Amino acid sequence: MNVTLAVERFNPETDKEPYIVEYDVEVDENDRVIDALLYVSENQDSTLGFRKSCAHGVCGSDAMRINGVEKLACKTLIHDVTDEQNSKITVEPLRHYGVERDLIVNHDVFMEKYSKVRPYFIPASPAGSEEYIQSPEDRLRIDEATKCINCGACYSACPILETNPNFLGPQALVQAIRFVNDSRDKGLEARLDVLDNPNGLWGCQQKFECTKVCPRDIKITKLINQTKRTVEKYRKERGEKVNKGE
Amino acid sequence: MVHVHKFDTVIVGGGGAGLYAALEASKKCKTAVVSKLYPQRSHTGAAQGGIAAALGNLEEDHPDWHAYDTVKGGDYLTDQKAAQVLAEDAVKVVYDLEHRGLAFSRLENGKIAQRRFGGHTNNFGKGPVRRACYAADRTGHMILQTLFQQCVENNVEFFNEFFAMDIIMDGNRAKGVSCYEIRTGDVHVFYAKAIMFATGGYGRVFMVTSNALSGTGDGPALVAKAGLPIQDMEFYQFHPTGIYRMGVLITEGVRGEGGILKNRHGTPFMEEYAPTLLDLAPRDMVSRAISEELLKGNGIRGDKKINDYVHLDARHLGRKLIESRLPDICEFCETYLGIDPSEHPIPVQPTAHYAMGGIPTDIDGRVHDGKRVIEGLYAAGECACVSVHGANRLGTNSLLELVVFGRRTGKHIADYVQGVDSPSGDASGADTVISRISSLRNKKTSKPIGPILQKMKQTMMEQVGVYRTESEMEQAIQTVKSLRDEMGGVVLQDSSSNFNTEVQSYFEAENLLLVAHSIAVSAKNRQESRGAHARSDFPERNDDEWLKHSLVRMKGEIDISYSSVDVSRWEPKPRTY
Repeated sequence: MNVTLAVERFNPETDKEPYIVEYDVEVDENDRVIDALLYVSENQDSTLGFRKSCAHGVCGSDAMRINGVEKLACKTLIHDVTDEQNSKITVEPLRHYGVERDLIVNHDVFMEKYSKVRPYFIPASPAGSEEYIQSPEDRLRIDEATKCINCGACYSACPILETNPNFLGPQALVQAIRFVNDSRDKGLEARLDVLDNPNGLWGCQQKFECTKVCPRDIKITKLINQTKRTVEKYRKERGEKVNKGE
Repeated sequence: MVHVHKFDTVIVGGGGAGLYAALEASKKCKTAVVSKLYPQRSHTGAAQGGIAAALGNLEEDHPDWHAYDTVKGGDYLTDQKAAQVLAEDAVKVVYDLEHRGLAFSRLENGKIAQRRFGGHTNNFGKGPVRRACYAADRTGHMILQTLFQQCVENNVEFFNEFFAMDIIMDGNRAKGVSCYEIRTGDVHVFYAKAIMFATGGYGRVFMVTSNALSGTGDGPALVAKAGLPIQDMEFYQFHPTGIYRMGVLITEGVRGEGGILKNRHGTPFMEEYAPTLLDLAPRDMVSRAISEELLKGNGIRGDKKINDYVHLDARHLGRKLIESRLPDICEFCETYLGIDPSEHPIPVQPTAHYAMGGIPTDIDGRVHDGKRVIEGLYAAGECACVSVHGANRLGTNSLLELVVFGRRTGKHIADYVQGVDSPSGDASGADTVISRISSLRNKKTSKPIGPILQKMKQTMMEQVGVYRTESEMEQAIQTVKSLRDEMGGVVLQDSSSNFNTEVQSYFEAENLLLVAHSIAVSAKNRQESRGAHARSDFPERNDDEWLKHSLVRMKGEIDISYSSVDVSRWEPKPRTY
C-alpha cells in the first residue's frame, strides 16, 4: 500500500519555523513506521533527521508523535495508524525537549532530571558473598518500574510540563520509585528530598497522559499516587508535614 | 572544528562490556566513554533470556561443567582456558551485578531464579541443567540499566552521540581515536594510553536479523582499516527463532520453559535431529534442523523455500507461566503478529543474531594480531573474539561474555595505564577523518545508499547464510566487492553540521560492507563444516586441517593467516546431543 508520511521538519541552523514535508512511500501494512522513515532516508531524502536503534521497542530511541500521540516508531505498525479512508500519517517530534533537528530532540534536561533522583542502588545492608535475598513478592513490587526504557514519551505527553518546566516529570519519578520499592535498597529515605517536593511527586496532578502513552505499559500515575501515600505516611509517623509548597 | 582530548582511557561503546570496563577503569584513571548512542540505548538491552552462571540455586552445578559445555557448544574451536575463565568469573560477576541492584527474578527462597537453556548440561553432557539466571525475559535490559545507573553514581564521563571513525596508530601502539560529533559535526580526537572497543555486533549485514540498526560492526571495521587482522569472521550465529519476516528475537527461554518447535504436520521435529537435548540443542543445530525441514517441504507454507517458517508452540505451558516468565514475548507477539502465544503457535524462522568472530583478544581484552599484542589497544564484548564461543555460542553466554570480559578489560587497563606515558598528539590526528568527509561532498553524480545496503543484505542472507557452498560464496564476494566500489558514487546531500545523520549512515554502511566482505572471504576459505559454519560441499568437521582460528587482513591485498586453538583440557570429539 501507499502511504504519505507528513513529517514536521526543522533545522534551527537554517529554518525560522518548523514546516511539513510529505513523503509518499510504498509499504506493507505490517511494516513499522520506522521502516517507512528508514526507506525515506535511504532512498528519497537523506537529510531527514531521526534517532533509531533496536527497531523492536526495547531501546527507547525512536519515541515521537505519530498522528499526534507519543509512540515508538518501531512499535507502531502502519495498519495501526492508517485505515481505508486515511493513508496519511503525521510524524512530529516530542514536546517539552526542544528540537535539535527534525524528529531529534534535546535530552540534556531530561537526563539531568533523571540523575537528580539518585537512580542507582543504595544498599540498605552490606552485601554478603552470595546474592541479597528477596522474596518473589518483593521482587514483584519493582517489576513495573524496572521496565522503563527512558524513551521519554511520558515527558512529552505530561501536561504539567506546559506550565511547570521544573517538574521532574514521569520518567524521573518512575526511576526513583523503582528504588523506593526495592526491598534491598535504602529506598525512600535516600530520595526523600527530591520526591517530597513541589517539583517532585507533588508536581503530578493525576492527568494520566503519561500512563496512556507509555510504550512499556507502566502504570505511571498509579505508581506516583502510591508513592505519594508512602511519603504522607512517612511524614505523619514523624509528626512532619509533606512539602507541597502550599 | 577540531577538539583535542587527553585521557588515560577511552572506551568506544556504552553497552554491557563498555560500561563494566568504564566502572572498573574509572576507579583508577581518567576515563571517557564515547558512544554513538545514549548508552541506555545499546543493544545489550535487547538480550532476553538470561545470563549463564553455575550458581546451583536449584540443582547441582559447577563452573567446570559450564566450561565443558561452552567448549563442546563451540565445536572445539573455543579456547579452553578462556572458557574456564568465563565459567569461573560468571559466578562472581552475577553476584556483583546483583549487589549493584540488578532485579533478577527470584525463587521462593529469595535466591536468583535459574532456568534451562540450549546446550547447558550437567555431568559433561548427561542432561539439561538450570544455569541461566534471568530477570523475566528482560535480562539484558536489567544488566544495561544497572550498569548505566552505576556509571551515573560514579560520575563516569560520557561523550554521547559521538561516532568513532579512525584509530590513530603509532607503530605497534594505538594512541588515539577520532570521532565525529553528531550534534555539531565537529571532529574530536581522543588521545589515550589505552583505547578499548566495545561496539557490539554486526547482524545488519544480513536481511533477517535480531540486531539493532546500530549493529554495524564499527569496531572490527576500524581495526581492519588500521591494517590489523580480524578473527573467525566466518562464524556467525543464526538464532533459530526470529519472528517470521521481521527477525525480532523470540528468546530461547521459550524452549527453556518447555516450548516445542513443530512443522506443518504438527510434528516436534527436533526428536530426529538431537534425540537427547531435543529443542534445547545448541542454536546452530536447531537452525540447521529448521532449514532442513523447510527444504523438505515441512515448513508451514510447505513450498520448500528457505524463507518459509515453522511454529514455536508454547500453548501447553499455560497462560500464567507464559505471562509471568515471558511477558515481553507476549508483547512482541501481540504487537508484531497480532497473536497470543497462550493460544497460537508463534511463526518463526532463523534470524542473524550473533558474531562469534571479531577483534582478536586475550582473556584480559588485549588486542593481538595472532603473534603479538598491540600496545594500548583493547576490545571486549560481541565485537571481540577471545575466543570463548568458538564456532557456535551457547545461549546466555553472550551477556556473560560482555560482563566478564568487559570487567576484566577494565581492570587490566586500570593497571596498565599506571606504567606507561601519555601519547603525544595534536589536532592533525583529525586530518584523515576530515578529508574523508569532505571528499564525499565534492562529487557531481549521486546515488542513494538504500539499494546498496539492500543488495548486500540479500546477498549475505542467501549466499552466506545457514548453509554455504563454494560457488555461492564466490558470487557473494564479487557482489560485495562491487557494492564497495559503488559506495564511491554516493554523494552526501546534507550540508548542515548539526545532527547530520547522513555522515554517520554513510560510514556505517562502509563498515558493514567491509565486515560482510570479511565474512564471505573467511567463509569461502574454510573448507569444512564446524559449528555455525555449515558447508554443503564440505559437510564434515576436519580437525586435521582446520582446528585453527583464521585471521583475515582486509587492508590492501586480502590476506588470511591462522593461529592455534587451545585444546589443553578436553580433546575434540564428535559433537552429538
